[in-house]
This record gives sequence, C-alpha cells and structure tokens, in this order.
Amino acid sequence: MNDIAVSPLMAWLVGNPLLGPFAEFGFMRDALLGCVALSLSAAPVGVFLMLRRMSLTGDAMAHAILPGAAIGYLVSGLSLTAMTIGGIAAGLTVAVGSGLVARNTVLREDTSLAAFYLLSLALGVLIVSVRGNSVDLLHVLFGTVLALDNAALTLLGGISATTLVALALLYRPLVLECLDPGFLRQVSRWSPVAHYGFLGLLVINLVAGFHALGTLMAVGIMVLPAATARFWVRRLGPLLLLATALALLACLSGLLISYHADWPTSPVIVLSLGAMYLLSLLFAPQGALRHQRPASSHLQA
Amino acid sequence: MNTSLRRHLIASVIGLATAALSPALLAQTVAPIKAVASFSILGDLVRQVGGDRVAVEVLVGPGSDAHVFQPTPSQARLVGQAQIVFSNGLGFEGWMSRLLGTAGYKGRHVVASRGIQAIHTEEAGEKPHAGHQHEETDPHAWQSVPNAMVYVGNIVKGLCEADATGCASYRRNAVAYNAQLKALDTDIRATWAVIPATQRKIITSHDAFGYYAHAYGVKFLAPQGVNTDSEASAKGVAQLVRQIKQEQIKALFVESISDPRLIAQIGRETGAKPAGELFSDSLSNAQGPAASYVAMMRANTTALTQAIQGH
Repeated sequence: MNDIAVSPLMAWLVGNPLLGPFAEFGFMRDALLGCVALSLSAAPVGVFLMLRRMSLTGDAMAHAILPGAAIGYLVSGLSLTAMTIGGIAAGLTVAVGSGLVARNTVLREDTSLAAFYLLSLALGVLIVSVRGNSVDLLHVLFGTVLALDNAALTLLGGISATTLVALALLYRPLVLECLDPGFLRQVSRWSPVAHYGFLGLLVINLVAGFHALGTLMAVGIMVLPAATARFWVRRLGPLLLLATALALLACLSGLLISYHADWPTSPVIVLSLGAMYLLSLLFAPQGALRHQRPASSHLQA
Repeated sequence: MNTSLRRHLIASVIGLATAALSPALLAQTVAPIKAVASFSILGDLVRQVGGDRVAVEVLVGPGSDAHVFQPTPSQARLVGQAQIVFSNGLGFEGWMSRLLGTAGYKGRHVVASRGIQAIHTEEAGEKPHAGHQHEETDPHAWQSVPNAMVYVGNIVKGLCEADATGCASYRRNAVAYNAQLKALDTDIRATWAVIPATQRKIITSHDAFGYYAHAYGVKFLAPQGVNTDSEASAKGVAQLVRQIKQEQIKALFVESISDPRLIAQIGRETGAKPAGELFSDSLSNAQGPAASYVAMMRANTTALTQAIQGH
C-alpha cells in the first residue's frame, strides 16, 4: 500500500469520501461486489414476489432457511458449503411441501406455508437451544457483509447469474402467473414449472442474502426495492430496472454510511432502503400524498 | 576416625530428632493448613510453595474472570474457616475486603504483590498524576516472572508466620520453585532475543500484559474500532486495518471480534495472521496448555513469538 502516497490519482481517490473507502480497503470492495451481485438478482425476484402478493412469503421463507443453515453450522462450523446446502435444502423442503399441500388439499397457500415454516423455525430454535452456543449462531445469522471471501463472492455471483438466466427463461409464464394463475394452469403445462421454479429462485436468493446480510435482513433487499419502485412506475420492465437500481444505490449508501458513521452494516443497508421507501411513499406520483385513486393492482405487461 | 565418628553421631541425632518429630509431621499431613487464594494463578504459586502441608482453595477458578467475580455463600464459609488468605492486591480483587468482612475472617491476609514495582495502565500514564493511584495501577503483576518470585517470597513469609513448624519445608520448596522460575525467565528472554525489537508488536484485546511488555520488551497495542458488544461497522474494521498496516503488525490476538470470518477477512486484507489464545487472568483447566503458572507463561510466550515469526 506504499504506492498510495506515490500516485496522485490514488491519493485523490483515497481522500475522496465516496470513493476513498473502496480504493483503500479490499474488504469494502468485496462487500460492494457482493451487494451488487445480490441486488441484481434479489431485486427482480422481489418484484415478482410483490406482483404475486407473496412479499410476506419471502419473510416466511427466510425463517424457513434458518434451521437448515443452523444444522449446517453445527455440523461443520462456519462452512460456506454446509450452510448453503443446509439453507437451500430446508428452504426447498418448506417451499415444495407447502406448495404441494396448497395445490392438493383444502388449505390455501398462506396457511400451509405458515404451518411448514413454523415447524421449520421451531426445529431451528430447538437445535440451537440443545447445542447451546447461541451467541455464535446469532453472529452467523446476522451475516457478515464485511467478511465476504472469494468463495462467498463466487457463490453470490453464481446465484445472481443463475437467477437472471432463470428469470429470462421463466419470464412469460411468470408474468401470466402474476396476472391470472388460473388461466395459466388451464392453457399451459408451465404453471407448476413457473411456480416451483420461482420458489427455488426465492430460496437461493434468500440463502445468498443470508450470507451477505443475515437471514433477518435478507428479505429487506428483496421486498423494499420492489415496493419503493412501485410508487414510481407501473410497467413491469421499468419496475424491474428501477427496483434493481434502488437496491444498488441502497447498498452503496449503506456501506458508505456504515463506514463514515460507524454503524453496523447490514441494518444500515436495509434502513437505506427503508428511507427510500418512506420518501417515495410521501412524494412519489403514486404515493400517499397524491390524491389519486389507488393504483390498479393489475399490470400492463 | 574421630571426625567420622562425630559425623556418624550427628547423623544419628538428626535421625532421632526426625523420628521424634514424625508423629507431628504425620498430624500435619492429615490436617493441612487451610489456605484460600483469590484466583487460580496465585493458587498455583501457593501450592508450589506449600506442597503437601497446605490445602489451597481457589475462589476464582480456571477460566473465570476475577474482575467480575461474585462470591457465593459457600465461598464466604470457606474463607471464614481458612487459616490464611492470599490475594493479589493492586486493586485486582475489589471484592476481597468486603468478602473478608462478610465471612468474619480474623486470620492472616497476605497480599502477594507487596514489594513489587507497580506500573500504571497506559491511559493512566497519559493523565497527570491525580492521586487515584489505586485505580490506575495495573494489577496483572504476575505476568512478569521476576514479580512472581516476589510473590513466592511473600507467600513463604505468610506461610511461615501461620505455620512455623513447616517453615523449613516452605523455604526448601520456594528455593526449588524459584530455580524453575529463574529458568523460565531466562527461556522467555532467549525466545524473544531472536526477534528484532522493532518487530515485537502485538495487537491484543487483553489489557493485562503491561508487566510482560515491561519485562520482555514487547509492545502491546489495543485493537481500535472493534468491541465485543456490537456488530462490526465498516468504519471499525477500517480503523483496525489501518492500525495493523501502520504499525506493521504481524500477529493479531483479537478476541473481541467473535466472528472468525471477519478476523479471516482482516487477515487477508493486512497479511497479519490471526493467532491463538493468550492467558492473562486465569489458568486453563488441567488438560489445557496453561494448567500451571510456568506452563501459562511458556504458552503465552510461544503463542506470541510464533505469531510474530509467522509459524
């Protein structure tokens, strides 16, 4: 790092309050990179969650991941692989289980999901309590955006790329499912593919978010950008773009605020998103202060 | 011939005397002196000096923190029944005088650190002399081996006053143990001697190594920006990274960061290696690497020097 003092460009970069932290510290660059990867995939997933009125499903799924990650941690410590596999397995079990119950019994999706995720959560709490080192586990569950290593970044990048490709492939059936699930089920075999494929994407993005921000905060970067973007635009394309842009902006500002104000990083990123949401709620064209008719929930795709 | 006979006579007289004394000795081993030491390291020193004649009970056991100790009623009873009580002094056991009062203890109370050259904690050193000397003194005097020899001297004196019959035995034990300590001190100095003085820098969240630093010429720095109580912020991590780079630290003993992934990240960023465990205020349990005072000092020295040398 001696060349910082030598090169005037580097000196200017390091002195700059916005770029300096990223120029000087590798862990800040890693954190930013991880957040960018997460934003690119989690925000679009969040838009579809919102359009399918499943935003709270995201929250429930985040809790459903917890026991899997906890088991992975207890079996092999802070292993990225073990916690990823555990989290995805637990998430998919709950997603598929509740989906099957919803599609084949009298229970609706919300109830069956609540049942499954509560079972999963109770199991997680039981495992944690029996093993007794809950302090460690709490640290694990709060995520460490400042401690992303190459393996974690590769995982986040891989999940991001997978999600974007899958969303491109599932785009039409997903949009149809958002608009009229019953119609899609009648005219196409793609309905279950779209549904379970989307739940799969939700689970892997929550696991990615869990590594970066922790289970409790991971849903924030999905739901809040979509909700905020909805105040400004109505069409799906702009909605996806704006949500992603807002997520990226919040990650950047969250990291910088955490750097300058000395606040913990994950909550600051989510609170940045929250601030954008509240400002949009007040001032956006379709926000609360505009005396318009509530916007139609139907989408013109 | 004459001298040899005399020698023989003397030997048999000594033998007779020993034989006459042996019932008393036997009685002593059956009912040893009841001693209470405030914490595990001091307990080990008292045991080394007392040998079989003294039964040592320790109030703050291995792995516990003497700073936040809360005496239990059974420990107060233990103190009340003791014949001699050892404490470190220098403000280390703030609870001791209260405990002695509560327990109704009227016996001998030995302050083991009496006579050592007390040093002051770093923050106190920057402040002008304010007269709050007892608050500013660094109590962790045992972290330097010459101080431990002073402790041993005080312990011998205390035990001899409490149990005059065993005095010779205590002195013998102390001489043997002091030889061990002397060797330990020489070894520690030899281990550090191979490391250039400019490289003898350690970041640690312990604030207990002032005497060690003083005795062996090592610089201990407190980690900046991070503490146990809160989630890490980007600023805190950045401060620590800057400090490590500026001071060219090679070894980190940072227990205030409880997330090992974050320590690993700081290691990647700075090239400093996260290193093992240091023992400051208490011994480890019997299976651990610091089961006795000598083992503790060796374990700390090995951990510190190996971390700096990059093993």
